[in-house]
Amino acid sequence: MTNRIFVALCLLPLAVFSMAFLALPIVRLVQASGESAEGWGIYLQILQTPRYLQTLLQTVLVSFAVALTALAISTTAGLFLARNRFPGRGALLSILTLPLAFPGVVIGFLIILLGGRQGLFNTLLPGHVVFAYSLTGLFLGYLYFSIPRVLLTVMAATEKLDPSLEEAARTLGASPWRIVVDVILPGLAPSLVAAGAIAFATAMGAFGTAFTLATDIDVLPMVIYTEFTLSANIAMASALSVVLGLATWILLLVARSFAGTTVAAGG
Amino acid sequence: MTLTITNASKTYPDGTRALRPTSLTVGPGEILSLLGPSGCGKTTLLRIIAGLERPDPGSEVRFGDEDVTRLAVERRNVGMVFQSYALFPNMSVCANIGYGLKVRKVPAAELTRRVDEVLALCRLEDHAERPVTALSGGQRQRVALARAVAPRPRILLLDEPLSALDAALRDSLRDELAAMLRQFDITAVFVTHDQSEALAIADRIAVMSDGVMQQIGKPEELYRSPASAFVARFIGNAMPLPGRMEPGRLVLKGGVLPVPEAAGRSDVYVRAEDIHLDEDGPLQGTLETVSFSGGHYRLGIRDVVEDTLFATHPGRQAPAPGDRVRLRISPDDLVFLPQSGHMPE
Repeated sequence: MTNRIFVALCLLPLAVFSMAFLALPIVRLVQASGESAEGWGIYLQILQTPRYLQTLLQTVLVSFAVALTALAISTTAGLFLARNRFPGRGALLSILTLPLAFPGVVIGFLIILLGGRQGLFNTLLPGHVVFAYSLTGLFLGYLYFSIPRVLLTVMAATEKLDPSLEEAARTLGASPWRIVVDVILPGLAPSLVAAGAIAFATAMGAFGTAFTLATDIDVLPMVIYTEFTLSANIAMASALSVVLGLATWILLLVARSFAGTTVAAGG
Repeated sequence: MTLTITNASKTYPDGTRALRPTSLTVGPGEILSLLGPSGCGKTTLLRIIAGLERPDPGSEVRFGDEDVTRLAVERRNVGMVFQSYALFPNMSVCANIGYGLKVRKVPAAELTRRVDEVLALCRLEDHAERPVTALSGGQRQRVALARAVAPRPRILLLDEPLSALDAALRDSLRDELAAMLRQFDITAVFVTHDQSEALAIADRIAVMSDGVMQQIGKPEELYRSPASAFVARFIGNAMPLPGRMEPGRLVLKGGVLPVPEAAGRSDVYVRAEDIHLDEDGPLQGTLETVSFSGGHYRLGIRDVVEDTLFATHPGRQAPAPGDRVRLRISPDDLVFLPQSGHMPE
């Protein structure tokens, strides 16, 4: 057996996998979206239906807010946790990363326990504080979900930062705040973009949490679900899925090209 | 600016004594080298001067008349060149050099003027706008130096500034660095484990080992009259000549060597470059190894003393391994040290 054939054989499982699990379903999805009476005009229909567009925009905005907030919280926490050793640090870390183990349904349930009609906040301050069944609840749920992912990435990146860069800035007279802006954040930027992108993509597609909180929250995965199950509109569900996928992909591409330039400038 | 260090010491929380109480003074514009093997406390001392390491209570660091022992590193106004250079990768050469001035809120016009001046001093004009990641090792080193001196620091500190370079580049940059440091005329302390760097660059050298300063002096002094066996071995690789000391002569395995009467009871050391092949020499041995190193041969000779004795032989031809050779050592080239166990203060 020549080396070339051996390599080709090794590539076979990869080819089979990509065909069966990646390419084939996506091709079928795109195909299915054009099988209704409107044909490919269904995409035009999406663009002409304000409800769909609004939902898409809302999904993007919530996901964006989740990614930014998760970055802000996790970066500060991650920097502190990576730099300081104190008793209970390990326990704190494992608590912070606990949400990784929960499915979206459980996260949704936690938010209802906190901000639902019988939730903790409403019991303490009756009649005023119900936020679980809205976008606020969804935002908090996704945030809870995203923080551990971003936190772990930031901590790993912080440990790789060259401490002599900070010392150099200090000998040059830089204040702690300037060191964060001029040295630490640029050093972490590629990891922050990567972690933010993952948080964003996860939030774009998260369904379990939204479904647990309320069936009428207008985020795209929910609309796809209702189109599919209630209206049996397979073509529209497929078309919306394609749109969701494309929107996420494009936004991630933008983020990645931004990260790419940062990486290039940062060596 | 005179740098005065009094009783500086550093003990880590786990009890490791990185630096025993050390005192030293560096005069204005003087270049002092802290020389020693790794783990000898030289970097700890440098970081104490910089303010990056907090010394034990009782230590004192003064810049001129000012006691800076408790002054934060940001306010000490020291320039530091790091071993890895620690250039800011997200900034251009200019931005790196101007950073210390920028954080001090120096007006833009003056900042530009000063950066241009330092760029010229360090011969970096052609690279001003390039990202630092595009520079070669030697250029990075110059940027690191330029960045450290741009804010006109009171003291310049260099931590192994040449060790990140490859050997060929290191030799040429050593002289260049020495010339630039003289040009800046700033009191400077630089740490190195390489004796040739210290000898070439420093006005004075402080030899350290195990957290203790062994000897401080001009390069020639340390070379010609080392105060301890450690200094003798570390600077110029002096080799011991263990033998029986008799009045006026030293009896070795391979012969009897004349020594001055005054030598008394002392340990005798010699350097490879002071051992000469001579057919009428008093010492005899067997050649074990011959290696050619460009300008000279390095000969390993057996049976003169217990260990192998090394000699540098400048001739065009060397005897072959296995040959019997006779050696001569001038009494003036011998280094006499008090017998081990009787170290002077």
